[in-house]
Amino acid sequence: MATVEELKLRVRELENELIKCKQKQCAMEDALHRPKIDKMSAEVVDSNPYSRLMALKRMGIVDDYEKIRTFTVAVVGVGGVGSVTAEMLTRCGIGKLLLFDYDKVELANMNRLFFQPHQAGLSKVEAAEHTLRNINPDVSFETHNYNITTMENFTHFMDRISHGGLEEGMPVDLVLSCVDNFEARMAINTACNELGQIWMESGVSENAVSGHIQLIIPGETACFACAPPLVVAANIDEKTLKREGVCAASLPTTMGVVAGILVQNVLKYLLKFGTVSYYLGYNAMQDFFPTMAMKANPQCNDHHCRRQQEEYKKKEAERPKVEVVVEEEEVVHEDNEWGIELVSEVTDAELQAATGIVPDLPEGITVAYTIPAEDTAHGETVEETEQSLEELMAQMRKIVQRSQVVEGLSAVWVIGTEHTLTHLQRAGQKNLGCTGESKEIDTRSY
Amino acid sequence: MADEATRRAVSQIPLLKTHAGPRDRALWPQRLKEEYQALIRFVEQNKAADNDWFRLESNADGTRWTGTCWFIHELLRYEFRLEFDIPVTYPDTAPEVAVPELDGKTAKMYRGGKICLTEHFAPLWARNAPRFGLAHLMALGLGPWLAVEIPDLIGKGLVIHKERQRDAAAE
Ligand SMILES: [Zn+2]
Repeated sequence: MATVEELKLRVRELENELIKCKQKQCAMEDALHRPKIDKMSAEVVDSNPYSRLMALKRMGIVDDYEKIRTFTVAVVGVGGVGSVTAEMLTRCGIGKLLLFDYDKVELANMNRLFFQPHQAGLSKVEAAEHTLRNINPDVSFETHNYNITTMENFTHFMDRISHGGLEEGMPVDLVLSCVDNFEARMAINTACNELGQIWMESGVSENAVSGHIQLIIPGETACFACAPPLVVAANIDEKTLKREGVCAASLPTTMGVVAGILVQNVLKYLLKFGTVSYYLGYNAMQDFFPTMAMKANPQCNDHHCRRQQEEYKKKEAERPKVEVVVEEEEVVHEDNEWGIELVSEVTDAELQAATGIVPDLPEGITVAYTIPAEDTAHGETVEETEQSLEELMAQMRKIVQRSQVVEGLSAVWVIGTEHTLTHLQRAGQKNLGCTGESKEIDTRSY
Repeated sequence: MADEATRRAVSQIPLLKTHAGPRDRALWPQRLKEEYQALIRFVEQNKAADNDWFRLESNADGTRWTGTCWFIHELLRYEFRLEFDIPVTYPDTAPEVAVPELDGKTAKMYRGGKICLTEHFAPLWARNAPRFGLAHLMALGLGPWLAVEIPDLIGKGLVIHKERQRDAAAE
């Protein structure tokens, strides 16, 4: 067998070889890179990557396509939807992209678009930046490989949203939520309500056959906390939906469709063409696309949402009513005003107590659950205590798994160093940590 | 929802009073005290009911929690490390509990070993926020998850008792 020294030497050799390979590869890639383009041209030649986009202007769809280069978009979550979203924006020639994700590329992601098997193990933001820069070197990138929901990162996230624009110090133009969990959506919602930052939400259901996008203008349209999570009904019988053994399914098609309608809405919003959707659902089972708009909820839990609503009201009152567009929007809102309506035929008092109000929603869109107006949590609350936090922490640490003598019980074992433990077991009870009978228990630690 | 035993255990956990997350500098220490009070009570109750199954402690500012949980299956004890961060949106949203050493072993898990809770958990938490705390998360989230997943993982041979593993290696 080789000695440690020999092995160290071999590692060094291999490291050097790797560096050489990387350099060679970089040189090859550099040769393929196109130079940056200063000004978007409408000239139709095969070397102009923007000619077909600039044609939108010639055709009168978009007034000023070049304006896309002045915008900054933050994409939070670079997974199945976020990566495709970032790619579309890159190809469209967006000015700057900020990418946030804490995850790594995994082979299990290969049923989705964008990432490639050789990128497995790299951070998603790093891998994405590399690919996107190759596609379009005119775009500026800023990547952050962290989870935005933790204290430290959240502060930094807020700071980058408010200062990470193309011109450093300016806020981004739009935040796109492409995350896959409730906590992260709520964190984005919290940040955007505090900052008054306009953002778009997107999501694909865990059964992979429905999705949605939503434009959130703090104070004006419903925020993510204004109502319980909305779901696009896919008309699947819940009873036939088997959840055992799986968390979530995913389809590249559904994610691609959602990314497509998300970026379409982004382009329409930024470049001011067509009608921007407030909420657009996608039911893949029936190919049904419900739409709606929902006003912010005056009783929203988020106090920054309520503050933004006050500010919006003030602004609206001051604004001279001349714009026709605004009135049209208001009609949409009125149709979808918050209805204080109880779910169908509730007569039983208990059921009524457990069911909250549902907003008035169009066909095909529903809420994941309702929150009762009344507090349902009954029972004892924690008592006032004289103990300090430190004392409580110490008390918690001191609860060791002490050895106890209990009827029908047997073993004592030692885990780690000082903890002497007893496993207590009640015969026949099939409960957590308790199965089987009171026989000799294997006391060795796992 | 949860089974009778879980229901009973949860009903004995005191509810919390302070609606404050880690960004609320003034009230978070109070919330943290209540979290510890509820956790201490829950663990003591579990011990009294011969069903002691987890320990948890936090860093000084209460934003990161680590601990162990254990599960007895066919008289063998299986112990796992657990960890989670308190999200800035807590207690409106529950933390995502992770059991890192089981990462990649079950489909009932998201990346990083975060356990995948049943569809009942989110509505339950939302309806009871901010009165539910970490003790409730343990009782309604991690507890039922372990009860379903661990026997299954052992049955599939994906979780092997440490001593047995060593014995097998020695053979
Ligand atoms: Zn709101």
